[in-house]
Amino acid sequence: MIEIINLCKKFNSHIVLDNLSLNIPEGQTTVIIGRSGVGKSVLLKHIIGIMEPDSGQVFVDNQDISKLTGKALVKFRMKFGMLFQGAALFDSLTIGENVGFALLQHTNMPRSQIFERVKECLEMVGLKGVEGLKPAELSGGMKKRVGLARAICTKPQIILYDEPTTGVDPIMGDAVNELIMELHDKLKVTSIAVTHDMISAYKIATNIAMLYEGKIIAEGAPGEIKNAKDPIVHQFVTGTAVGPITQKDGTVFRKL
Amino acid sequence: MKDQLKGLGTKIISFIEYMGGTTVLFAKTLFWMFIPPIKKKKIFAQMYSIGVLSLPIVSLISLFTGMVLALQSAYQMQQISAEMYIASLVALSVTRELGPVLTALIVAGRVGASITAELGTMKVTEQVDALETLATNPIQYLVVPRFVAIVVMLPILTIYADFIGILGGYIIGTHKLHIAHDMYMQMTYDPLVMKDFFTGLLKSLVFAMIICNIACYEGLRAEGGAEGVGKATTLSVVTSFILIIAADCLFTALFYFAF
Ligand SMILES: Nc1ncnc2c1ncn2[C@@H]1O[C@H](COP(=O)(O)OP(=O)(O)OP(=O)(O)O)[C@@H](O)[C@H]1O
Ligand SMILES: [Mg+2]
Repeated sequence: MIEIINLCKKFNSHIVLDNLSLNIPEGQTTVIIGRSGVGKSVLLKHIIGIMEPDSGQVFVDNQDISKLTGKALVKFRMKFGMLFQGAALFDSLTIGENVGFALLQHTNMPRSQIFERVKECLEMVGLKGVEGLKPAELSGGMKKRVGLARAICTKPQIILYDEPTTGVDPIMGDAVNELIMELHDKLKVTSIAVTHDMISAYKIATNIAMLYEGKIIAEGAPGEIKNAKDPIVHQFVTGTAVGPITQKDGTVFRKL
Repeated sequence: MKDQLKGLGTKIISFIEYMGGTTVLFAKTLFWMFIPPIKKKKIFAQMYSIGVLSLPIVSLISLFTGMVLALQSAYQMQQISAEMYIASLVALSVTRELGPVLTALIVAGRVGASITAELGTMKVTEQVDALETLATNPIQYLVVPRFVAIVVMLPILTIYADFIGILGGYIIGTHKLHIAHDMYMQMTYDPLVMKDFFTGLLKSLVFAMIICNIACYEGLRAEGGAEGVGKATTLSVVTSFILIIAADCLFTALFYFAF
C-alpha cells in the first residue's frame, strides 16, 4: 500500500504537484494518465524517493520514505523496480550488466546465476543474445525493453513504469502489456504505470487516476473513467483536440 | 539600483550555495570512501585512465618546461657568468612550484573535464536517478573511485613531472650550455631539501581533491541536456584552475613565509 499525502512540488515558480493525495492499493495495477508535462514522471520519482517534495509525504507500507537511510534505504529500494521514460541505461556497461546491476551490486549470488536470471528477464521482454552489446548499439524500442528487464530483474514487489509502451512497436507494445498483466496476475506485483496510451491503460489497469493541474481529478476503474461525465476527463480519454482542457490553457492549434 | 542589488543578492546566494554544495559533496565522499563494498576494480580502472593515460602529456609539458626554464635563465645568468646556478634554479622551481601546479592544471584539463562530462551526461539522461532506484548511492559508485584514483595518482604524476622537468633542464645545461655532468647534478641536489619535495607533494594532494570535488560537483548538478553538460564542463575546468592557483598561492605563503 502506497499513500501519497498532500504532495507539493514546484520548480522555480512553476507548480507541478499541488497538494496531491493518492492511495495506491497493494497488488493492483494503477495507471496514471495526464497530458504531457503535467508531472507524471515527477510523481513517479517522488514515489520512489529520488526527488524530494517541497512538502507532503509518501508512505510505503506505513513507512515514511523520506526518513530512510543506510541499509533500510537499500532494502527499500530493492523492493522497487523502475522503468524510466528514456530507459536510462548505463551506457558504460553492457546490456547484461545493466539488467543484472542491482543483483551484481547488492547480492552475493554467483555471477553465473545472475546472468542466468538476466537472460530470463531479457527473454521476457523479447530480447535474445544482446547481453554483450552496449546500449548505444540498440534501437530506442529495444532500450526501453532492456529498461523493463532491468526493472523486473530483482523480482521487485512494486514496479513503476514510465510510459512502458511508448517508442515500442504495436506488437511489442502489446507484449509489454501482457507482461505487466502477468506480473500482476501471477506475482501479485503492485504496479504504477504512467501512460498516454489509452488502449494500453484500459487493458492493464485495475485502477486509473488522472493527473491535471497538479492534482488527481478523477480516479476509478477503467470502465468508470472511460464513461466519465467530467468534461476534462472525457476530453482526455477520448483524445479530442477541442474541449475544456485546450480551451483553458489556449493550446488549441492554429489552423493553417 | 534595485535590480542591481537583486542581481548582487542572487550572486551571493549562488556563491554560498556553491561553497555549501562542494563542501557537502566533499564530506559525503570522505564518508562513503570507508563504507564497504570497496570497488577495487573500478578504482584501478580509474587510476589507469587518470594516471597512466596522462603520462604522455605530463612528460611532454614537464620536459619542455624544464628546458625553457634553463634556456631563459641561461640568457640572464650568462651575463654574470653564473650558469651553474641554472641547475639549482631549475631544481627548485620545478619541485616547489612548476611540477605540482602544471601537473594539476594538466589533470584538471584532461581528467576533470572528462569526469564532469561523463557524470553530467549521466545526470541529464537520468542514469544517476536510475542508479539510485537500483539501490546504489551515486557518490559511492561514481565519485569515490575517481576521488581515490586522483588522490593517489596526482602526487605520483607530480613526482614523475619533477624528474622529467629536471631532466629537461639537465639536457639543456649539459648539451647546450656545456655545464659538466657532475657539476650539474651537484648543483641540483645541493639546494634541495626534503621540505621542497614534501610541500610539493602536499600541494598536489590538495589539488587532487579540488579537481575531483569540483568536477564531480559540476557533473552531478548539470541539467539541461547537451548544452548544460557543455557549460558544466567549462565551468568545472575554469573553477578548478582558479582554485588550484589560489590554493598554490596560499600554500606558498604558508610554507615559505609563515613557518
Ligand atoms: N528537474 C526539473 N527541473 C525543472 N523542471 C522540471 C524538472 N523535471 C520536470 N520539470 C517540469 O515539471 C513538469 C512535469 O514534468 P514531467 O516530466 O513529470 O511531465 P510528464 O507528465 O511526465 O510529461 P510526459 O508525458 O511528456 O513525459 C514539466 O513542465 C517540466 O518542465
Ligand atoms: Mg514523463
